Parts: sequence; structure tokens; C-alpha cells
Amino acid sequence: MSTPLIGDYSAAPEDAALRAVRVGVITFPGTLDDRDAARAVRLAGGTAVELWHGDANLHDVDAVIIPGGFSYGDYLRAGAISRFAPLMEKVVDASKGGMPVLGICNGFQILTEAHLLPGSMIKNDHLKFMCRDQLLRVENNATAWTSGYTQGEGMVIPLKNQDGQYVADEKTLDELEGEGRVVFRYDGFNPNGSRRDIAGITNAAGNVVGLMPHPEHAVEAGFGPDSSARGDVALRGGTDGIGVFTSVLTSLVAGGK
Amino acid sequence: MTVSANSTAEQKKFNIDTVEHAASTPDTPLPWAELGLKEDEYNRVVEILGRRPTAAELAMYSVMWSEHCSYKSSKVHLKQFGDKVTEKMKEHLLVGIGENAGVVDIGEGWAVTFKVESHNHPSFVEPYQGAATGVGGIVRDIISMGARPVAVMDPLRFGAIDHPDTARLVHGIVSGIGGYGNSLGLPNIGGEVVFDSVYQGNPLVNALAVGVMRHEDIRLANASGAGNKVVLFGARTGGDGIGGASVLASESFDDAKPSKRPAVQVGDPFAEKVLIECCLELFKASVVEGIQDLGAAGISCATSELASNGDGGMHVELTKVLLRDPSLTPGEILMSESQERMMAVVTPENVEAFEAIMDKWNVEYSWLGEVTDTGRLIIDWDGETIVDVDPRTVAHEGPVYNRPFHRPEWLDGVQADSFGEERPFGGEAVKNAVLELMASPNMCDKSWVTNQYDRYVQGNTALAMPDDAGVIRVDEETGLGVAISTDANGRYTYLNPYEGAKLALAESYRNVATSGARPMAVTDCLNFGSPEDPEVMWQFAEAVRGLADGCQELGVPVTGGNVSLYNQTGGVAIHPTPVVGVLGVFDDVARRTPSGWREDGQAIYLMGVTRDELDGSEFANLRGHLGGQPPKVDLQAEKLLGDLLINASRDGMIDAAHDLSEGGLAAALSEMALRFGVGARIGLDEVAERDGVDLFTLLFSESQARAVVSVARSEEVRFKDMCSARGFAHSRIGVVDTEIGALDFQGHFVLPLDELKEAHEGTLPKHFG
Repeated sequence: MSTPLIGDYSAAPEDAALRAVRVGVITFPGTLDDRDAARAVRLAGGTAVELWHGDANLHDVDAVIIPGGFSYGDYLRAGAISRFAPLMEKVVDASKGGMPVLGICNGFQILTEAHLLPGSMIKNDHLKFMCRDQLLRVENNATAWTSGYTQGEGMVIPLKNQDGQYVADEKTLDELEGEGRVVFRYDGFNPNGSRRDIAGITNAAGNVVGLMPHPEHAVEAGFGPDSSARGDVALRGGTDGIGVFTSVLTSLVAGGK
Repeated sequence: MTVSANSTAEQKKFNIDTVEHAASTPDTPLPWAELGLKEDEYNRVVEILGRRPTAAELAMYSVMWSEHCSYKSSKVHLKQFGDKVTEKMKEHLLVGIGENAGVVDIGEGWAVTFKVESHNHPSFVEPYQGAATGVGGIVRDIISMGARPVAVMDPLRFGAIDHPDTARLVHGIVSGIGGYGNSLGLPNIGGEVVFDSVYQGNPLVNALAVGVMRHEDIRLANASGAGNKVVLFGARTGGDGIGGASVLASESFDDAKPSKRPAVQVGDPFAEKVLIECCLELFKASVVEGIQDLGAAGISCATSELASNGDGGMHVELTKVLLRDPSLTPGEILMSESQERMMAVVTPENVEAFEAIMDKWNVEYSWLGEVTDTGRLIIDWDGETIVDVDPRTVAHEGPVYNRPFHRPEWLDGVQADSFGEERPFGGEAVKNAVLELMASPNMCDKSWVTNQYDRYVQGNTALAMPDDAGVIRVDEETGLGVAISTDANGRYTYLNPYEGAKLALAESYRNVATSGARPMAVTDCLNFGSPEDPEVMWQFAEAVRGLADGCQELGVPVTGGNVSLYNQTGGVAIHPTPVVGVLGVFDDVARRTPSGWREDGQAIYLMGVTRDELDGSEFANLRGHLGGQPPKVDLQAEKLLGDLLINASRDGMIDAAHDLSEGGLAAALSEMALRFGVGARIGLDEVAERDGVDLFTLLFSESQARAVVSVARSEEVRFKDMCSARGFAHSRIGVVDTEIGALDFQGHFVLPLDELKEAHEGTLPKHFG
């Protein structure tokens, strides 16, 4: 029987250099996928550090993940209040110094509100919350968060949101395309009306990445999607998202962290 | 943040009906009837108090003595759940019926709490908020036991799929459940969606939540220790939901009456998410002695239950309650069902630590008063006493009715009317019947609904819809986890309430065992019509008797649940619908069994025996027939089948398993093939001959204690030996075939999976967009 046992997936053998990398995961009131993001960091071989939105400093982390959820209920505009959190100032400063920052779903929305990434997310074109296993293409494997993938590689990871339709003006979209800053693109099916099938983008330096689907929910066999872009996997065996987390750890180690 | 009481200027604008005033004005007429009390009930309040109640006391008694809160019509029957529990059944029970939710020991120091509740009436009046706050309410029950909520499920029942009002309810209720549950970060792992015109004016919105804790973290709702402080925290109290429990949930709908919309609460999931995290932090820091969520009957319920479950009394100042609307009267404040509120008891030493946690999460709180040793619940308004009662008389000593009941005279006629329509004959006709069945509202693909729910959040979901049970990992180290399924069949219960309740239990038990988990405990949500109708009351009494007997026979105790009565409009009741949730345990969720096969060449076995049992079936329903007796229940056979499925899963003998229930073998084979899009060659002639039924009956009968499994070739001998040794019927009916892309019913018809999928998946999008 080919079904791997749950929990035995590890992205790499235990490696002290990877484990020494500290990846912060920020919790805002209303954040939901923080524990999942922390688990993904651990499974990828690194060390997850809990950060609270009100913290005064980044606790010496080497990278930051802003996880998904409905921070402050998303009653205003998704991410619009969180960007004012004390810790976000530190994140903005650190990102300008080159620290890798990843925003997933609500985290992506927060990064656009904080002007670290261009564009914005509006309600899905079908106006419903949608949860599905989504095929993406890695369009840029030169970022801190995608270096472990090959250019054009497919990945199946869960998508789950209400406000996932990526929009920006034509000029911005052209710039993103021209500079190779579209990092992930929906493949085969655009689930929410996002402009040019964009699922995720990066800043000019390639250290800040935001995407709507959830790589942290496809990191552990037994709890991921039913399918994988890398071939047939067993029940909930999809782990295509783990590469996002191994990428940042290995790129930080290679960079002399 | 610190908080000041409402200004005295505001307090003074009411004419406060104090206890003193009530004693001196015995003849003041009070609106007890408008508040839902019956005359004899009101007279009893006067007798208990030795005077007329104050307006505030009347408000409290009226909500707490409502059907919804007091279980006054159902109590005499519900006690069977306690009476029929053996010591052996209680072995794993840490907390039984009577608390906010039951708690089950699942081993390794872990405990699980789970409960299902109804939010039927509010969801009809205001579908989005009604359904949303249904999720919110059950989740708060779970938090107040000390647990972290880890999953929700929603059994839903709507009217006819093509009725003009159904789309309003489906859209509102599904988006309400999603909007609230998704925002709390709780995976939605299962439930049911049923369409039947009997639910047209009374949709059933039941919500189940499950939570996890260490044994030492269990918290109970009681207020002990004189001098301890009573605190209300979370959202502010507003004018929403006033009378929700009494005038809304405890009466039938009637077109002639005004809209009950103001009686529906409005939810704020963000406030609830913050409340969850902040409560868990309170528990971790051990700063609360007792805790109670505010749901039906609001502060009336929380103060009287906390006080009467504790060892003394309570004295609170009602003007300290933080309000959204300063114009609320004391009675309205006591009755308000504003959501996202909790009440706790805190020792004076822990007050500071409590406040620090509230401040961290930006949660508002106000200290209302303290626990006393007087045995009285005293509520003041600006220093003047407006409530002075024995809390037990409010919370626990409400009226108890032995309502008259009798077996409906029409039932003999219904039971005699067995399914006599023409049965499809020949390959083509049976194939078309399978397609019709799988496209029908009740059997069609439900992902239009379930894709609006987050099933991934928390990262511990090992199985979710459309598999037989939802499975959640509890311990990441060991893989210890739980499985849950909810089931009910209103048609079966209409035909025979006693057997119907047992059938719901049997199906839920079978689903959990099919996933590979060992069933441990039961929660139920009993949805019925008006208890004032003796025929409905008979259905209720019979269903409770059946469920209690069934639980005893299967050895799984009822740990809690909810009764929803008055589900009727214009004198017409819903089908009696006892929803049964069964919780099972896995030593390691890695062993869970999915409901679809994948591996080429695996053998497909049908376990169990098929009889000619089409009465009450989905096929009969498609032909508009409802009569006869439901399928026969044999709980010993269910137990045996469950043991076999659990052993086969644990020992790695089976790779897929699906129980047979609504839609019978036709539905099971279709769903197993569609789960991963893998076909099979099926030969049914041998088993049809063994059981003495024709092809159609074999495929559409809903005989119980059956399942289909797929077995690896290397495990076949071991599997057959196991079944033979236990004397359980099993028959090889086919082989998984990854190439053919069809279900090939050899010698009869070929059903291409594309065609089946199109029929199965098209129905809900066609109706709801």
C-alpha cells in the first residue's frame, strides 16, 4: 500500500544549520493559520518563533511569515487595520534590509496594505468563500521563497478565501510581468477572477512574496490535498507547499546566515 | 482597558420595579402571557416568591422556564439517557449530561468534548445570522468546558429544492455557517444536506462542535467560594435576541403574527475568535474558578445556572453590564441573547491576572458582583434590589410536563402502504435509475456547500466530506485522534419513530467504524414538532426510547445534546428528525480509511446481507412514496460489522470502505468510484442469488449493517478468514480497474464515470448558481 503514514514526511534530514534559522510567525487578533505556518517551518527543518502583533521587536528572527486568517475580522478592508500594528513597522524596515517576508492569504492582503507589494485583493468574482485544491505554476524561482522549485514547476495547494481576486491597474500589471515579479499563477482554472491569473507576486528585490493560496496546508502527508503536481499521491498526501519553506531556509543558510 | 459603569443619568430613566415595590403592589398586572408563560406557570412563580415577581424576575423566569431552556416537555423522557447507562458505558466519561457539553477520555491524558445543537427557528427568520450564531453558540459551549475547539459539522435540512423560498435559505444558511466558522479558524469536516418539503417552513440547522483538552483542563459551570468575583466579558450587551429562547424557539410559526426578526441574534465572529484565544489563555493561567457561556436566555441563564450549580448564592449589580444600547431596561438586559459573551468566577487574588489577559486581547469586561453564601441570587439595579430568588427555582426547578401522547391513528395505514411502484427492470432501466438517484437532491454531490467551508485550517484534518466521517488528529506526536459523523433519517423516523431513532444511531455508528475509529460516545439533537400535539409527543417519546435502548445495546453513552421542539408551521410538523452524532477514537489517524478506492486490481467486497427493504428509501422518495416500515435494525450485526471494519483498518487489510445507507449499494459504489475517479468491474449475480433479490433491489434496498470495502490482493485471505471466523456475510463483488473509467456492472450495464459525475455534480449548481 503506497499511502505514507501521517507525520513521517520530512523535507530534509535533520540539519543543524537549517534548524538554526529562526522564522517568525506573526499572530494578529483574528489570525487563523499561524500554528499551521509554524508547523510548516518546523517540518521544513527550521525553527518557528511566535511573534505577537504588539511586540516591539522581531526577536532576532531571520525571516517573517504573515499567516492567513481574518485579522480584525476583515470588517473594514482585509489587512487594512493590521498594517498599523507596531510590529508591522519593524517588518517593513527589515524587509527593506533584505529580510525574507512571506504573506499568505490575509498576510498577502496585509503586505499590499502596507505597500510592500502592489495591487490589492477584492471579493472573489463569484462572491462566495471558496475552498479547493488549486493548481499553480511557479513563474519565478529566483525569490527567497521559491528557490527550491524549478521555473514553471506546478504545485497543488489549498486555496481558501472570500477576498482573493487580485487586482491592479494595467500599468502595474505590465510592470509586474515585465520584471518577472509574478511568482505564482493559477493554472487551468482561475478560481476568483484574479487579473492575469495572478496568485502571488514579489517585490523588486525578490525577498517579499505574497500569495493567496496556502502552501502551509500542503506540507505533511495525510493532511494535505488529495493531489499533487508531482504525480499521483495518496489520500490527502499532497506536500507541494513544503518547498516554499525549505526554499527560505536553504537560501538563508546559503547566504551565510 | 478599564471600563466605567453606565452613567447614573441613564439608569434613572426607568421606573424600576424593585422587590420592595413588587411586595407592596401585588395587583399590578404583568405581561406574563406575552413573555410566553402559561397561567399556571405564572402562578407557580408567585407561589415560589410569596409575592408577585418584579419585571426583572418575570423576565428571568419566562426565559428560563421556556421549552428551549427548561426542557419541560422533554425532561421526563430524556432521563432514560441517564437511566439506561451502565457502569461499563461510563468508563470513559469524564463529564456526563447536564454540563455545557459532555467530556470523553480518549487516552494519553487527552479528553474530547463535543455537542450538537439546533438553531432552527432563527435560521428560518434570518438565515445568515441564524446559522452563524448557531455555530457561535455551540463553539462557546465547547470553550466553556476548558477545551480548544478543533472542528465543526453542520447537519442541514431544507424544503424542496425547487421551492421558491429554498434558495434564500440555502444561500443564507450556508454562507452564514461559512462566514462564522471560517472566521474562527475551525475546519468544517462534515454534516448532511437533505431536501424534503416537510422542512419548507422549518429548515433544520444543527451545529456540532468538538473540542480538545488535557484532563486537568476541564472546567465546569459553577460559582463556588463566597467572596469570589463574578465577571462578564466579551461583547457588549445589546437589544438583539431578546426572547430568542422563549417567544422564538419555543413556539410554532404562524403567519398571522408579526415578524420575529428582532428575536434573532447578530454574530461577530472576530469577537468570538478573540474570545476563544483569550479564554484558553485564562485556562492556561488557571485564573477562573467557574465559567459559563451566554447563549439562550443570556445573563438570566448564566447567573442562575452558575449560582445554582455552585454552593451558595450570587449578588450582582446589573448597571455594571456594558451596553451597546443604553436604553435597555433591566429585564431586557437579563434576557438579551447578544453573542460572544462569557461569565466567569474569579478569586480576588486572580483579578489582576485576569485583567491582564483581557487587556492583552483587547476584550472588554466588567465586574458584576460576587459569590455569596446566602443561597439567593440577588440582582441590584443601582443599589436597589430587583431580583431576589432562589437560583435553583429559576435554573433547575422549572415546570415539568408529562404531556399526553398517543400513537397516531394514521400510522397503521401508513405502515401498511408498502412500496408497490413498478421496479426498473433490465440493464438500461437500472442504469437510468442509478443516474437519477445520484443526481437527486439528497444524493447529489454536496461540494457546492462544503467548498464554502474551510476544511484545512489547523492542519489536523485527516478526513472530511465526502468521506464517511470527519477525522481530526488530536496529538501530533502519536497521531491520536477522533472521528465524528452525524446522521438522521426523517422518513424512517416518520414511519417508525422507535426504529428510526435507532437507525440514525446505527448509521452514525457505522460511519465512524467505517472510517476505522472505535465509537465511544453520542450526542443528539432531537428536532420535532409541537409537544402540545399528542401525536408529535408520541413520536418524541418513541424516538427517545429507541435512541436510549440503542445506545445501551451498542454500549455508547449519550453525553449531551439538545431538543428542538415546535418545528411546525400552520399545524403541520416536520418529520421527527433525531440527529445523532457519534464520536470515535483512533490510536493513530494514519489508519483512517477513505471512502474511495484507488489501487488497480484490488478486490471489492460487499459485507452484510441485502433484503427487500425499499420502504422509506431514497428510491421510494424519488417516486413520491412514503409508507411501510423502515429497514430492520440489528444492532448486534452493526457492532460486529463495526468491529470487523475497525480491525481491518487497524491491520491494514482494507484501503477503502464506505457504509451502505441512503441510496443503498448503488449510491455506495457510485460514491466510491467518484471519490478518486477510479472505476471498477462489478459482478452482482452471485450475491443477488445468495440473498434472493433482483439486481434493482440489490442496488437500491437500504438494508442496514452493510458496507463495501476494497481489499489488497495480498490481504484477501486474511480478510475473508476474519469475516468467516466471526460469521459475517461477505461476498466478492468486483475488482478495481484504473483503466476503464466506468462502473461496469458485468452482464447488465456500463456506467461511464464521466456521465455519472456530470449527473452527480450538476444538481446543486443548477439550483443555486
